[in-house]
Amino acid sequence: MENLGSLAILLAFCVALYAVVASVIGGIRRKPFLVVSGQRAVYSVWVLITLASSILVYALMTGDFRFAYVAEHSNRSMPILYKFAAWWGGQEGSLLFWSWLLSTYAAVVAFTNRRKHRDMMPYVVAVLATVQTFFLLLNNFIANPFQMLATDKLIVAVPDGNGLSPLLQYPAMAIHPPMLYLGYVGFAVPFAFAIGSLITRQPGDGWIHTTRRWTLVTWLFQGTGIMLGAAWAYHVLGWGGYWGWDPVENASLLPWLSGTAFLHSVMMQEKKGMMKVWNIVLISSTFFLCILGTFMTRSGFVESVHAFARSDIGKYFVTFLALGIAATVYLILDRLDYLKSESQLESVVSRESSFLFNNLILLASCFAVLWGTLFPTISEAFGSRIALDADWYNRLMVPIGLFLLFLTGVGPLFAWRKTSLESLRKNFQWPGIAALVLVGALLAAGMRHFYALISFGFCLFVALTVIMEFYRGARSIAAKNDMNLVRATVELTYRNTRRYGGYLVHMGIVLIFIGVTGHAFNLNEVKELNKGDSLRIGAYNLKMVDLQQGENENYQWHRATMQVTKNGESLGTLEPEKRFYKASKQGTSEVGVRSRLNEDLYLNFGGMSDDNQRAVIQAYVLPLVAWIWIGGLVLIGGTLVCLVPSKIKMQYARTEVVGLIKKHATVQN
Amino acid sequence: MKKYGKFAALIVVVVGTLGWLAATGMNETKTYYKTISELGQMGDQAYGKRLRVGGDVESGSIQHTGGRVQFVLVQDKMKLTVAYTGTDPLPDTFRDGAQALADGKLGSDGVFRAKQIQAKCASKYEAKPGQLAPGQSAPNINTGKSSI
Repeated sequence: MENLGSLAILLAFCVALYAVVASVIGGIRRKPFLVVSGQRAVYSVWVLITLASSILVYALMTGDFRFAYVAEHSNRSMPILYKFAAWWGGQEGSLLFWSWLLSTYAAVVAFTNRRKHRDMMPYVVAVLATVQTFFLLLNNFIANPFQMLATDKLIVAVPDGNGLSPLLQYPAMAIHPPMLYLGYVGFAVPFAFAIGSLITRQPGDGWIHTTRRWTLVTWLFQGTGIMLGAAWAYHVLGWGGYWGWDPVENASLLPWLSGTAFLHSVMMQEKKGMMKVWNIVLISSTFFLCILGTFMTRSGFVESVHAFARSDIGKYFVTFLALGIAATVYLILDRLDYLKSESQLESVVSRESSFLFNNLILLASCFAVLWGTLFPTISEAFGSRIALDADWYNRLMVPIGLFLLFLTGVGPLFAWRKTSLESLRKNFQWPGIAALVLVGALLAAGMRHFYALISFGFCLFVALTVIMEFYRGARSIAAKNDMNLVRATVELTYRNTRRYGGYLVHMGIVLIFIGVTGHAFNLNEVKELNKGDSLRIGAYNLKMVDLQQGENENYQWHRATMQVTKNGESLGTLEPEKRFYKASKQGTSEVGVRSRLNEDLYLNFGGMSDDNQRAVIQAYVLPLVAWIWIGGLVLIGGTLVCLVPSKIKMQYARTEVVGLIKKHATVQN
Repeated sequence: MKKYGKFAALIVVVVGTLGWLAATGMNETKTYYKTISELGQMGDQAYGKRLRVGGDVESGSIQHTGGRVQFVLVQDKMKLTVAYTGTDPLPDTFRDGAQALADGKLGSDGVFRAKQIQAKCASKYEAKPGQLAPGQSAPNINTGKSSI
């Protein structure tokens, strides 16, 4: 069976290579049968990788411990869900999973576009198949998941495996990597279309229309993956936080940031025919950041406590990245004249300008995160290895985030070309006043945290502008069609899902900012407690009423039962627990959280004291954290709304520049 | 061209501010990675700088005294005594034989005062712990204290 698996990925490698060659030759020579055979090769690759993956998953499920991969990442006592999740739990498996997702995407792209974009498609398929070939190269020759355990020449099985890292044995964690991967891999599709459009010198922005949904879905997956990762960190790591600027977290954030910039700047191209070069650059950067992210987490290139095996996989990624970037840059420079802007910037207070700054800021943050992540490696090349810690990121990213939040509020309401004073007053007077009143009230209430004040002010400002937009639109629909406001709001959204879905996404971002701002007011307390002792934190009084220990076949555990009272009122108990997994000799924390909209009470069992008599309890009060998760859900909902086709087909009305049309006309004649 | 001047000025202001924040932040928060032997060679320069030192926790060296934890890091037979001064409990993975990274400053008495300890442990089949997928947060940090 292992031979069949190896054979399948080897064949897939050959077929993918064939798909590249057939598509390119078919495209250049205009041979339809070659183009079609290239597309069929893409389907075959999917079948082959699916077969290989099924074999690996079957081995994981049945516990075939002759497989080195199975022995490392599965064991007998693991629940079935995690046996399946072990597919992407380790290096070899996750790379195979990458390949499989890419082949799935490529097959879907090839199928849905088989009758469209006839001149562009061969190159789209070729780009996707090239990426596929690279990953299959890794699957076959660098990180083969079908490696057997052997002593001398005999294949042997170990009695039981290591098991998936217990930290990963958590439901959100089982779906978090696939979500991120769907994002990472998905950006290959718009990239392939952009390149295909460049190669064939497509006029207009067909590639953007075709891939808008792809990009949005991919972006959604990436965002959801990041949120799940944060939720996992919060519930499993027991440190009361959700984001630590770890290189691997950063790696997932980078393409999300540049993807966000891309989603905004394509509107400039659709509406005004501007920023064409920029959009190609953005989607290419996003794709290469995805590859870079995969590379950073796979190669040990960046020092991370994630502790990846250092392997020589890095040089393959570097080569692939270098070649890919060089080819893309060459192509863009060569085709610059096809990417001429059709209009110009006119005013600083305009929609165009707000998009420009939105892009600038997103790119700046992207660059800052990249810089921080790579800095240890860069500085090592110049002498001593220097790390930048979370504090550095916070200093930089907090102002960046606040500026972005501000743009979120004003940008969508600026008019195209130039905004009149009258419309500024109409749109921003009341939200502005309300925000100032809020900041004043918070100051009066004794809040002195500078960034927090600004953040809350902006949050209210943006939220009000969004609500006003909905209200104004809904009111006029309600008046015209005799509806109530709620139905009118639904109707309004349905008429232009893209615009109002976008507002919902902005609302989600505001809620996330509210949650993150709560961090400024965190409390924490650590104490060693005996049964009957208590601990005070904020308004809470925590009394340890029980301390137990025990073990089962998977792990040993210590558990404290904490009686929670707030201002004398009893709120029930929380049970933080510490586990020690036997197979992997690793500890994990099961935190006790009481989550409310205003604040979370978060208890972690830190461990036993030195004399093994008392429990070390870490208590945190984390204001507003719940809003991060709520905001995440709103963001997902808003993106889904964007994906629904609008009831009225709203093509962006394009403002064409007459002179340029004339020029086109003469060229055509 | 006046309007482009405005754009250029705004962009310069934004980028300049961020660059300035990044540069000053780097001076104040940077941490040097050093091996134990490099630490010995640094002499007087080692004091007062923020450093990050890695090594294996010597078996049997972990001492708990009055809530304080002290242990010895070993790397290539060089030893360094580390006193943990942080407030968070030590990570689950910290124990005899684990690989640890201590983040802090070297005291004039030659004892390294660590504000943060990160630790990872070797698992059954591999010399190094299993790899994680991208996006997974640092499983071994229990000491991370600052996030946004």
